Amino acid sequence: MTPDELLDAYEEMALIRRTEKAAHDLFMAGFVKGTTHLAAGHEAVAVGASAALRPDDYVFATYRGHHHAMARGATPEECLAELMSKATGLCQAKGGSMHLTKASTGMLGSYAIVGAHLPMAAGAAWSAKLRGSGQVAVAFFGDGATNIGAFHEALNLAAVWRLPALFVCENNLYMEYTPIADVTAVPNPAADRAGGYNIPGEVIDGNDVTVVHEAVARAAERARKGDGPTLIEAQTYRHFGHSRSDPAKYRPAEEVERWLKHDPLDVARARLEAAGVPPETIAERDRRVAQVVEAAVAAAKNAPEPDRELAFTDVWADGSATWRT
Amino acid sequence: MADVISYREAVAEGIAREMRRDSTVVCLGEDIGAAEGVFKTTVGLFKEFGPQRIWDTPISEQAIVGAAMGAAMTGMRPVAEIMFSDFLACCWDYLANEIPKARYMTGGQVTVPLVIRTANGGGLGFGAQHSQAVENWALTVPGLKIAAPSTPADVIGLMASAIRSDDPVVFFEHKALLAGSGARPPDDHVVELGKATVAREGTDITVVGLASTVPVALKAAEQLAGEAISVEVIDLRCLVPLDMRTVLSSVERTSHLLVVEENPYQGGWGGTVVSVVADEGFEMLDAPIKRVAGACVPLPFADALEAEVIPTVDKVTEAVRRLSAY
Repeated sequence: MTPDELLDAYEEMALIRRTEKAAHDLFMAGFVKGTTHLAAGHEAVAVGASAALRPDDYVFATYRGHHHAMARGATPEECLAELMSKATGLCQAKGGSMHLTKASTGMLGSYAIVGAHLPMAAGAAWSAKLRGSGQVAVAFFGDGATNIGAFHEALNLAAVWRLPALFVCENNLYMEYTPIADVTAVPNPAADRAGGYNIPGEVIDGNDVTVVHEAVARAAERARKGDGPTLIEAQTYRHFGHSRSDPAKYRPAEEVERWLKHDPLDVARARLEAAGVPPETIAERDRRVAQVVEAAVAAAKNAPEPDRELAFTDVWADGSATWRT
Repeated sequence: MADVISYREAVAEGIAREMRRDSTVVCLGEDIGAAEGVFKTTVGLFKEFGPQRIWDTPISEQAIVGAAMGAAMTGMRPVAEIMFSDFLACCWDYLANEIPKARYMTGGQVTVPLVIRTANGGGLGFGAQHSQAVENWALTVPGLKIAAPSTPADVIGLMASAIRSDDPVVFFEHKALLAGSGARPPDDHVVELGKATVAREGTDITVVGLASTVPVALKAAEQLAGEAISVEVIDLRCLVPLDMRTVLSSVERTSHLLVVEENPYQGGWGGTVVSVVADEGFEMLDAPIKRVAGACVPLPFADALEAEVIPTVDKVTEAVRRLSAY
């Protein structure tokens, strides 16, 4: 990444971080119902990968997917309005936190059944191959997904069909509340499975946006050349618990401290300073981010509720919900 | 004979007609390519369209249906085969949670124009895990369209509508009907989803069937005609959209309703049909509504035992006689 690209990536990560903090605060203040799975700490995976993709590539994410929606162009206001059940939400308030989607930019959904979207990404990659479009499809998923059948079926299909698919695991060391190491037979839950499907697998520092960018760019190039899928395991760490009700007390203090010192924003800031970007330039971006998120929170709070008739639209492609004559 | 086609051949013919007119239609499934399908319902497709459009898959039902979904969201019209409908349970997440909800929960941002074809029902002696009629499984989930033809012409006509539909369609091909034959429909034959047909006109009692139970009801009607009972047989053809207008207008004339369904009585689709008639057509009725349905047991292996469990002509004639005498 050039210094300018890195600066933009830093700003995008800062925007995600601040939006996630706002989502947390809005939840605690009663503005967000249901649940949220915040991605603070995971920003470098989404932003580094997105920067390495073409605008027309496809992205599939999980219920912990706010960062992927934003990295692919969803605004903080659209996301927060969705969380707050507002008409201006990304999905018209019919999806919620776990289903952020921005199809117009190829962000084809956030899926809340663990592992379900990996076969979908394989299918989007198959479609790209059939159409000769040169697009790739990326599935982001957590370490917990590596022990579910859909993960294995998707990897095998993508490998035998040589699909332009990227499988990017965000390994944050815990499947919900349980250490992934306690329930997985191999040390690297994603990358160590790659051999079983005869595809490349690598473990990378998921908190360094430049490392993620390079790994995804390599895998995407390989996919576009027709050489098939790649499995990337990006090691990272959540700053919040699994979901809104989880204070994450099962994580050792020493481990938390170690990872918080390896914050993706700090890593990027250090790289920017090493590249000679003045601290004032970075601070300028931080101020801009703060303004954008503050305005997004205000706009989302002021947005109208969804019209009640939306409950009965868009079951079918004609916009209706009619099931009988 | 060129003007006759088997139900089995009609499946491949219906798919082929759509593949010829739309290059985005692609097929995937186990053994569907060079092997031409375990039920021989994809005969000729691989030869005509080749490996770029007919894709053999591993035994991975989640990957088959999940990949079909991803392809459908990105410009293709996939036709996925799940070999036996019992195996829908292996990819049930996609039918229950993913495919029918993607459009709704994204506020209409995505469409999922795909067909999941599957061989359904009993009659071939495959035992409890390969003989179930499971069309009611799909009916439990809002967001899936459901077709289940009883004749070769309807196989072709409904296949055309299913593949052209921008909505997901689960297409049940009945195993016991595969060997049967009927008139070959003209090239442009299309049967709209959600339109029932009156398979036999009658005046005394309405019998509603679907797929395999339509010929059962027709045979029963023939027998009962000799007893001066005039039976009207309605072939629903689809469960979603469900053509209740045709059912209600028939009941308005006959004042009697019998539903014949192969899936279990417990949770079977007949319960939905009956509840609408009870609600909206109660005053038309001169007798209780009856259902001849699959028994609430797993499908047994032996023919004699299977006949005990699924609808038969004798069970239908007996039920009609009782209703008629009410």
